[in-house]
Amino acid sequence: MTVTSTAVRPPTVVRVRRAVADARALTWRNLLTYVRLPQLVVFSTIQPIMFVLIFRYVFGGAIQPPPGQSYVNFLMPGIFVQSVAFGAVGTGIGLAEDMGKGLIERFRSLPMAQSSVLAGRTTADLARNVFVVFLMAVVGFLVGFRAGTGPLPFLAGVALLLLFGYALSWVFVLVGLGAANAETAQAVAFPTLFPLVFASSAFVPVESMPGWLQAFAANQPVSVTVDAVRALMLGGPTISPVLQSSAWTLGILAVFVPLAARRYRRAI
Amino acid sequence: MVLATHDPVTVPPTPYAAGMNEGAIVLQGVTKRFGDVRALDGLDLSVPPGTVYGLLGPNGAGKTTAVRVLTTLIRPDQGHARVLGLDVMERPEEVRSVIGLAGQYAAVDENLTGRENLRLIGILTHLPRPAVNPRAAELLERFELTEAADRPVRTYSGGMRRRLDLAAALVHRPPVLFLDEPTTGLDPHSRRELWRVIEELVGSGTTLLLTTQYLEEADRLADRIAVVDGGRVIAEGTAAELKARMASTTLELSFHDARTAADASELLRPLAGSPPLVEGTRVELSVDDGQRALIDALRDLDRAGLVLASVALREPSLDDVFLALTGRRTSGGGGDDPDGDRAQADRGRVPVGRKIG
Repeated sequence: MTVTSTAVRPPTVVRVRRAVADARALTWRNLLTYVRLPQLVVFSTIQPIMFVLIFRYVFGGAIQPPPGQSYVNFLMPGIFVQSVAFGAVGTGIGLAEDMGKGLIERFRSLPMAQSSVLAGRTTADLARNVFVVFLMAVVGFLVGFRAGTGPLPFLAGVALLLLFGYALSWVFVLVGLGAANAETAQAVAFPTLFPLVFASSAFVPVESMPGWLQAFAANQPVSVTVDAVRALMLGGPTISPVLQSSAWTLGILAVFVPLAARRYRRAI
Repeated sequence: MVLATHDPVTVPPTPYAAGMNEGAIVLQGVTKRFGDVRALDGLDLSVPPGTVYGLLGPNGAGKTTAVRVLTTLIRPDQGHARVLGLDVMERPEEVRSVIGLAGQYAAVDENLTGRENLRLIGILTHLPRPAVNPRAAELLERFELTEAADRPVRTYSGGMRRRLDLAAALVHRPPVLFLDEPTTGLDPHSRRELWRVIEELVGSGTTLLLTTQYLEEADRLADRIAVVDGGRVIAEGTAAELKARMASTTLELSFHDARTAADASELLRPLAGSPPLVEGTRVELSVDDGQRALIDALRDLDRAGLVLASVALREPSLDDVFLALTGRRTSGGGGDDPDGDRAQADRGRVPVGRKIG
């Protein structure tokens, strides 16, 4: 007897369905890790709450909010964006750890949709951000934050900053895949993120900065996203900052998703 | 509806058929460089279906690189690599559906439980959903992990992790299995336990490629062995063939005084392939058939009235094999012996310390 039939790739519909199922399975696995490791829970919940409280009660008194706004209302949109920006580092750290432990190698040897490794990681981190933003909104409410524009613009603001955080996650996918270990991923992350997050409109009005810094601070992606979220949650012109923020988000995704996918195929 | 007793997971049809004159695993002239390092330098290999094949060599010989090429993790620079007739570069997805890989590092998620790890692999390898949990339970049972099944893997011992790693490689019932140094770093007890598990595994028609630094491990598990050095195969054959060709068993005798030792070396000279080595009160004979030589030696010594202090048979280690094949020692020196039997034999002069295969 001779067997000459050739292997057939499953039809596209099956492949897409499997890719979604694989990504869901890995999202579940990544979220389970957050639940299982107390230090990760602390990192992603206690730390953002501490930031809210410290800026509200320690620095807040010394910062002059724009006229007609309370500092806590000015602060909360900024601190939401800050937390998803720092959260993106976790994406890189998680991937670097999986690589170091040989898990990525195992995934790459399995007959699974390879796209699901990165999709599952970034989706899990998006889900974590949903939880963190919800938690911070509750804490913010307790310390006096009141969004004046109503639930729909508020949710639109949340969606905008979550998408921005998702795009940043892909930047750190690239960092994580290139890093030798979690510490390296972290070391690369903070020098790039700190200037973006703190030299921005997140915690202080840009007008309070020296002139040479204002040009950068007013136009960089964190600031335009904070401005857009602020406009959606507190009122003011929304179209320009929302468009600018969306352009950054889409631009980052357009550049970094293909780069990360290429890096993954060559990883290890 | 008739339910099959096996999960309805089938090997995708491949151009490969058992009747073809091609090995289940084939490497032809494969080269791979990492910078200045030639990890593979024209490696050729053919593993007959349903057999266990050992890749034996020291650290840096290219064993892991060969496995990575065959498991689609890296692309070779030159040459061909096929698994069940499927070219690893042209059809990596199909290759992945017929292989299982257990690596040097236990690649399991230590924050998940053993059961969750196996379920995850079951889902990712697209077992039918109702089959996922039973398959995980079956493997946990088979690898004696049922009790620890619902504990996070970070609480497992090294041996348990390796067993789980091996179980994870088997979830989708791959017909071809790669084990990259499955027992490196394990204590002797865990190593023997894992050997037993692997031996059970190979009865079922699985083709297994195993890399190891331990001659004893290759000898025990593999039908055929290729010795790899500098990214090439430098010797190939069954364990018995290799041992006969490369390095013979050493019969080590020691006496109470040097005079007796000298007399004994004269007396026993016909038993050895080369002149016996005498060092003070010790005599070493290189012999082909260790057990036969031992019996002959004891009988001859007894007849001649020469009294032994101790006697031991020493099987060649990877180090001896290397010395015989290349004239140099492996970088690890005598550290290749998996569980210190040799060191023990040297120290304690344990009478007839080793069973000879």
